[in-house]
Amino acid sequence: MIFDPVLLARIQFAFTISFHIVFPAFTIGLASFLAVVEWRWLRTGNQIYRDLYKFWIKIFSIAFGMGVVSGVVMSYQFGTNWSVFSDKVANVLGPLLGYEVLTAFFLESSFLGIMLFGWGRVSQRMHFVATCIVAIGTVISAFWILAANSWMQTPQGFMVGADGRLNPLNWIEIVFNPSFPYRFAHMMVAAYLTTAFVIGGVGSLYLYLNRHIPHARIMLGMAAIMASTVAPLQLFIGDAHGINTLKYQPAKVAAMEGLWETKKGIPLLLFAIPDQDSEQNRMELKIPKLASLILTHDMNGEVRGLKDWKKEDRPKVAIVFWSFRVMVGIGLMMILIGITSAVKYFRGKLFTTRWLHLWWIAMMPTGFIALLAGWFVTEVGRQPYIVYGVIRTADVISPGVIGAEVAASLLAFVVVYTLVFGSGSYYIIKLIRKGVVTDNKKSDKYGAEALIIKATGGDDV
Amino acid sequence: MFDFADYLDLPLIWGFLIATAIFLYVLLDGFDLGIGIILPFAPSDKCRDRMMNSIAPFWDANETWLVLGGGGLFAAFPLAYAILMPAFYIPIIIMLLGLIMRGVAFEFRFKSDGKARVLWGYVFHFGSIAASFCQGVILGAFVQGVEVSGRNFSGGPLDWASAFSIMTGIAVVFGYVLLGATWLIMKTEDITQVWARKVASYTLNFVGMFMVLVSIIMPFIDERIRDLWFSFPNIYYLLPIPLMTAMLFILIWIDLHNAKAEYRPFFASIGVFLMGYIGLAVSIFPWIIPFKFNLWEAAASTPGLSLLLVGVIPGLPVILGYTIYCYYVFKGKTSHENLY
Repeated sequence: MIFDPVLLARIQFAFTISFHIVFPAFTIGLASFLAVVEWRWLRTGNQIYRDLYKFWIKIFSIAFGMGVVSGVVMSYQFGTNWSVFSDKVANVLGPLLGYEVLTAFFLESSFLGIMLFGWGRVSQRMHFVATCIVAIGTVISAFWILAANSWMQTPQGFMVGADGRLNPLNWIEIVFNPSFPYRFAHMMVAAYLTTAFVIGGVGSLYLYLNRHIPHARIMLGMAAIMASTVAPLQLFIGDAHGINTLKYQPAKVAAMEGLWETKKGIPLLLFAIPDQDSEQNRMELKIPKLASLILTHDMNGEVRGLKDWKKEDRPKVAIVFWSFRVMVGIGLMMILIGITSAVKYFRGKLFTTRWLHLWWIAMMPTGFIALLAGWFVTEVGRQPYIVYGVIRTADVISPGVIGAEVAASLLAFVVVYTLVFGSGSYYIIKLIRKGVVTDNKKSDKYGAEALIIKATGGDDV
Repeated sequence: MFDFADYLDLPLIWGFLIATAIFLYVLLDGFDLGIGIILPFAPSDKCRDRMMNSIAPFWDANETWLVLGGGGLFAAFPLAYAILMPAFYIPIIIMLLGLIMRGVAFEFRFKSDGKARVLWGYVFHFGSIAASFCQGVILGAFVQGVEVSGRNFSGGPLDWASAFSIMTGIAVVFGYVLLGATWLIMKTEDITQVWARKVASYTLNFVGMFMVLVSIIMPFIDERIRDLWFSFPNIYYLLPIPLMTAMLFILIWIDLHNAKAEYRPFFASIGVFLMGYIGLAVSIFPWIIPFKFNLWEAAASTPGLSLLLVGVIPGLPVILGYTIYCYYVFKGKTSHENLY
């Protein structure tokens, strides 16, 4: 059997990074949610906020732990499978990743300990500060990693040396490369939305099951605010991001639109089966001129088609095309449920409309799906380049690594990640089923219950 | 324009910083990996809970030093990163899988009970052993050197496996157990502490034996190492390292049999690790791919190293500061109660 190391290494990277991104995206949103909840609790003294914090922090710790361990893998995988890439781009990307570790990872992981276990050991105010630091750390981390990723999409501020290695010329240009502001905004909002839909779904589940009503109302209420305001905002950010991509990576946009010929007034394809080999689509279902209107803000604007590029320079159209439709479809659905929820809220029926709660429950995983689909669009759309227009993916695999090694490690990752993901989901579902624990015990100033760390007597066996 | 490179030897500074990061990783994750290795042998379930609680607030941050080690090597010495990662492909992947399993087992164990709790305890145990052993193997294989042609690794997928690297693998497992057991002496009381003392004094013999073995074998790996250690006047400068190590061993030995010494065994064990680490570093310096590329040949270009240094100079003390603060917050003895 012949293993193609390049394909296997790409699949392995896609698999491990897709698995990883789910957890940081969720914890970015959840950390901010916890900060808001704790702030509300400190301001109002309302016990419900404290219960909510205690409930979600358990889920947060599972997600954060899975994010940490799957993230360690990422920092080594550049080297194991893509050593030539590492050697070529490290002068540019190395400092960005270095700054991510220095300014974010330590911040998050150190103060996480206080956030999780610091009850009763630090003051209320300090605990809140720890929560905020973790929340800010997640944002800083996203800043650096998206700067690095965006640079690979729209590289600038460097020169290629005589030995083929890239050297930095201008750090400001490297970090604030053309696609970075759009990608950063798009991703942050996506992370907040993803989390909002999980929280809203759990709140709706409790409302539907008639459990923890006061807590559930806050969860659904906060999620509905996000869905009705931030989901429409995401539409505009996404649009701006798309126009930016049209300027710097037109081949990606052509793949997103399933557009083969360069034309004016191109239609929006609702459905199509793009065929890479015969360079055309089958079974098109389209709305005339809409894609031109969206992309160029002109009904008759011209958009370049894939045939403008040589066959070997085109991304895989079907994956990009369909991932894009999944992402946009979910985004529109989020806006719809957001508006519906807002209308119901102003009529005083948000917390009693059972079909709406079912809808929210069904929407729970959609944020993750949209997020992954969006990353598929941008990453597969960048192919066949690893650094767009500069370095080809196929040229930078580790030369000493054989296909069998990559295949075996891929298999190991699939098995382990499946086990980990399955168990993690099981424990999160178990926590949700167990529900919010309302603690009515009069406790010390920070509600520290069993946390007085003292010597336990002779009851050991 | 001002340029750090005119005044500072950047690759040398970065070599020192990366070595420090790796050492901090070895210390910090070392004691929680060690606790994973001895977890199933603890005398009771309450002991096990107490052991897990003693490291719960710290393990995330401890593992972050490994990310800094990998990320730092990528940023500062990309050539070393690009050669060593493919060379140690298999042990690195097994180490990562081990770390994943033990990391999640940690979280899941707290959230389960009955048989599942026992099962996750074992996953934590085996994951910790796998990660520790592979780290030791990587260390041994690194010291022995790898095959290189041009700027790439050119050996086979199993080149890392040798009697020496397997031995260093086992040595690191015992070393981490010593750190873990002495950590427990500091953080627990009663029967957990009594048991940890036994574990530590048993392990101490093995750690001593492995350190002697490695010290004997190292000079045979390359004549440069032999010349370094056994020529005059070097021998006078280097003699304090083995002497200090021997004194620390004696100190630990005495303290382990002295019920009042609760903190010193842990810090003396750190001292033993530091001495061993300095010994290795001195032997290998200035090579970053032993005997093929030195620090200056493998370093990243000046702009990146300067930019990172600007961040590290204020950043590292801040990180160390809040790391110490977090340890301070959780000072004192650990209970077995559920912390969440």
